[in-house]
Amino acid sequence: MREKAALSGARFVLLTGRTIYQGVEKEKGKLSQDYLHSVAICEMDPEDMTVMKIKENSNLRVVTESGSVVVKAVKSMRQPHPGTIFMPYGPWASLVMTSDTDGTGMPSLKGVPATVEAALGEQILDVRALLREYYGRE
Amino acid sequence: MSLLLKNGFVYDPLNGVEGEVMDIAVDHGKIVETPLSQVQKILDVTGMLVMPGGVDIHAHIAGSEVNAGRLLRPEDHFKDVEVRGKRTRSGVGYSVPSTFTTGYRYSKMGYTTVMVPSMPPLEARHTHEEMDDTPMIDKAAYPLLGDWWFALEYLQDGLLDECAAHIAWMMRATKGYAIKIVNPGGLESWGFGKNVHSIDDPVPNFDITPRQILRGLCQVNTILNLPHTIHVHTNNLGRPGNYYTALKTMDCVQDLAKGKQPIIHVTHCQFSAFKGSDWSNMHSGAEGIARYLNRHTHVTIDVGQVCFTNTTTMTADGPFQYGLYQLSGNKWVNHDVETETSSGIVPFRYKRKSYVHATQWTIGLELALLINSPWKVFLTTDHPNAAPFITYPQIISWLMSRRARAKLLNKINRKARKRSALASLDREYDFHEVAIMTRAGTARALGLTEKGHLGEGADADIAVYNVNPETINPSTEYATIQRAFERTAYTLKAGEIVSRNGEIVKPVQGSTYWADVQTREPQEAAADLKQRFGKYWTIQYANYSIPERYLHHSKPIAIKAEV
Amino acid sequence: MSVVTDVVCPVCGSLCDDLEVFVKNNHVLIVKNACAMGEAKFLGYAEHRVKTPLIRRSNQLVAASLDEAIDRSAAILASAHYPLLYGWSNTSCEAIKKGIELAEEVGGVIDNTTTICHGPSILSIQDVGIASCTLGQLRHRADLVIYWGSNPWSAHPRHIERYTAFSEGRYQDSEWHGYVLKSRATQSQKRLQRAADLVSKTEASEERESAGLPLTQPKKGRKLIVVDVRRTRSAEIADYFLQVEPGKDYELLQALRLLVRYEELEVEAVAGIPVEVLEDLADVLIGCDFGILFFGVGLTMSQGKHRNIDAAISLTRDLNQRTKFLIMPMRGHFNVTGANTVSTWQTGYPYAVDFSQGFPYYNPGETSAIDILNRGEADASLIIASDPVAHFPKQTVQHILKNPLIVIDPLETPTSLMADVVIPSALVGVEVEGTAYRMDHVPLPLKKVVEPPRGLLADEEILEKILQRVRVLKEREA
Repeated sequence: MREKAALSGARFVLLTGRTIYQGVEKEKGKLSQDYLHSVAICEMDPEDMTVMKIKENSNLRVVTESGSVVVKAVKSMRQPHPGTIFMPYGPWASLVMTSDTDGTGMPSLKGVPATVEAALGEQILDVRALLREYYGRE
Repeated sequence: MSLLLKNGFVYDPLNGVEGEVMDIAVDHGKIVETPLSQVQKILDVTGMLVMPGGVDIHAHIAGSEVNAGRLLRPEDHFKDVEVRGKRTRSGVGYSVPSTFTTGYRYSKMGYTTVMVPSMPPLEARHTHEEMDDTPMIDKAAYPLLGDWWFALEYLQDGLLDECAAHIAWMMRATKGYAIKIVNPGGLESWGFGKNVHSIDDPVPNFDITPRQILRGLCQVNTILNLPHTIHVHTNNLGRPGNYYTALKTMDCVQDLAKGKQPIIHVTHCQFSAFKGSDWSNMHSGAEGIARYLNRHTHVTIDVGQVCFTNTTTMTADGPFQYGLYQLSGNKWVNHDVETETSSGIVPFRYKRKSYVHATQWTIGLELALLINSPWKVFLTTDHPNAAPFITYPQIISWLMSRRARAKLLNKINRKARKRSALASLDREYDFHEVAIMTRAGTARALGLTEKGHLGEGADADIAVYNVNPETINPSTEYATIQRAFERTAYTLKAGEIVSRNGEIVKPVQGSTYWADVQTREPQEAAADLKQRFGKYWTIQYANYSIPERYLHHSKPIAIKAEV
Repeated sequence: MSVVTDVVCPVCGSLCDDLEVFVKNNHVLIVKNACAMGEAKFLGYAEHRVKTPLIRRSNQLVAASLDEAIDRSAAILASAHYPLLYGWSNTSCEAIKKGIELAEEVGGVIDNTTTICHGPSILSIQDVGIASCTLGQLRHRADLVIYWGSNPWSAHPRHIERYTAFSEGRYQDSEWHGYVLKSRATQSQKRLQRAADLVSKTEASEERESAGLPLTQPKKGRKLIVVDVRRTRSAEIADYFLQVEPGKDYELLQALRLLVRYEELEVEAVAGIPVEVLEDLADVLIGCDFGILFFGVGLTMSQGKHRNIDAAISLTRDLNQRTKFLIMPMRGHFNVTGANTVSTWQTGYPYAVDFSQGFPYYNPGETSAIDILNRGEADASLIIASDPVAHFPKQTVQHILKNPLIVIDPLETPTSLMADVVIPSALVGVEVEGTAYRMDHVPLPLKKVVEPPRGLLADEEILEKILQRVRVLKEREA
């Protein structure tokens, strides 16, 4: 975690990783709605959700120093883990991961400082829209 | 293509040729009788030395433990790179070279056959993949069977025929060539972090001793008519006082010998020739071992000669390798293989000024010089354990020149020098003896009837060295000897010139030899294994055996077993 | 309908090889013994395929012939100064060998998914070594199994049943029965508690589930311990779960190293865990007959990276003074180990291999894919059997897209959508044979159970064609 680029007000640590649903859907194909439902999510500790005033299954925005993305807020079944949020691997999580490798070759895909805010009026982009929006191509 | 090598000084010990000037004729990849009816190419090798291509009986060049060594040592690779050539792939070298580099370097030295001594059966596929990617040389591999649960179970019940049938299955399934035994009983013990310390120590969880494993597999080897003897890395390797273990190991199968044929090969014997009781008083046991070898006909050994350099140790002897880590503090890789065997890798630097390393250096040379017959003692460095194989030319110069030895002897640890008998050993190998211990003798010990000689019907694997045996005095011109053996004037593989003056001119792949052991009722052992497979291994029976088509160039040797 | 047995599953590093696939009319109808991911692969492989080669024209991907796609790919690679060939972990060793040959021919960099997964583990192994084994050794012998920063339930679903706590070995029994009984007991307890809460109309008590067996309680048979930052599904089936603060694994591992050497810790807690618990854990580590520590990307991807692995490997190594203890990385993709293995024997290095000087050069941090892309140095990319647009950080992806991008993949992916050339390939392990290496380096033969869609070649064949074309182009240039 790089102090000099610390995100102001970062209260959370973002972890990314595998889930069984993500694993199953990636084998079937990553352009499907099922895949989107399995990875365009952010799992939060229920107490954190209460404090941040984020309702279960509503949209929220995850913000890190690398960028931000809108995904669905999901109540974690793995609580308690206050201060930690979890996103499965995929194009949505990749938008907020750090690219710097500290000279090791390995970027920090776990333990990235992050904030979350409710994003009720905002849409979760599907894969093609995401690619267009962030990478300028389809 | 038919080719004639004209006028060289030929050394072909298996056919009684000792430096005669004669022509060697090659046709369709084989040596043929002269004169040839029509010759397409003439190679004038006047004034040069012609020998069969080198046959290395023991070098760790392919397989899972070798590759773990490669992975472990990027620092070893950085200092020795091979740039891509017009016909050659790039690579890295020194003590654990990449596969293409390994093949090219052996070929440049005039070697054409190399034996891979440690193949964990479950990972045999890996060994074969690497052998297929090692060009220029023919290869074969020895599956590790001395701690295989099926072997232990059948031998502890005295069921020799059943054991033999299962070993035969294993040989065919893994496309292996010979029975390799490493620290028998010790590897199974290492499964729980233990070891055995004598050939009569009971193996935990089994009702058997190393002696029984050695005798049992020795008898199995005879029943199966395998071309090589059992190939043994003794218990207690690398421990002061282990010379007794080596002698007991050789002795424990003596009664099983038939006539004057060898029945056991003790490999890298230097590591098993330590007298003394601890590292401070450790000293050479070479004399006693040489005396035993001189008096008996049932044993062959290879040296395992140390050179003073930074190399990588890798053996199937897991507990020994752990011990080496504890001694040296260097990084340590361990890899135990279910149901079968283990392995360990530790980088190691042999230093001239170290009493123990210097003594090890003298032991190897003493063995070679004190054993009278070069048919019993072969040149190896247990590559890369005692040194990388690229040191063979230097070692040959030591064997041929007392002065060359003395030069280095004067630079080693003083106590080691004083204690060693090496200074008093005058013997100097001649080219005939060098040819035996690097090709004729090894080919014979391996039962490779078409290798290691230049008689009619032999494979046309030939090394031509740019040195004139009539004019050179190896005793004083040892530097020239070393240079000559470092790069051939020509290396021929299957009758084609593949290397010339240290440059690969024609990349070839080489073949893989394996023992196609035919038993009378192979389906019985197969059925037994199939039924019990799931209780022993974590893969399916059907996925274990390697189909012949998996090998790029398969050369089965059909063998009929007595079971 | 015919059945193909002993099929090797081409999904995760467990490489289960006991699958049975039932095929009719070249379609897979049923697959037995697979986990959810394996089943998804064998039943869903026909959807989301790239059907024909594609080339980008006027910013649209349009159908092209294979020859055109090969030509375009070869032209891109032959003219690039520093191309990156990335992916490799989801294809066969045979294809990987071809890839290395191609990278050498074009003087580029060949890197595989290790670079964003267990690269730090390899760096660490190159520093301190590793004491490991094949998975069967654990099935037979391990009475203490630890998963650290790894969640096999989600990522390697059959791992525990095939190789560790719920498997049968020569010297150890399966703990499945014990787990079922304990699980039933816990469920009954919960039901009773909920009923009691309803009756007394109190708030459901904060169900702080106990962390499991007190460590010191003697338990016969295998013990399963999970260490993680969250209570994962794997943690739920463990006998003991330690919740470590994110980013504090390094401290925890070093603390354990001190404790197993019988040294005292002068703090109250490490990484959020009380020292008394750690002392008990150290006793358990020392007191086992055979321990195994599996670790996942929880250690490689968080702060400390390869130093975390250093600590874990060193802990294991130290424990060998007291008992038998081994360690193994939980490799994710089914042939990432194969990519490392083939790359190591052919080039001397396991990933991030740079051929631009005519010989293999290796320096992760410099020659690794993420760094090369971040520095904007690669001027073309070939992506095969991988999906970096979905998995690389955004800034890195932006660099990939600044230059020509060639993709070889059976499925349509975010990466293939962004490519300049797409060459569809047959699925390794389903439509094409090949060799793959399990996470413990055991090689297995992948099977072909159905024919590939018409016109689709294997990765190996596609790469061979590109290689031949590149050679022709270079000869013309010369």
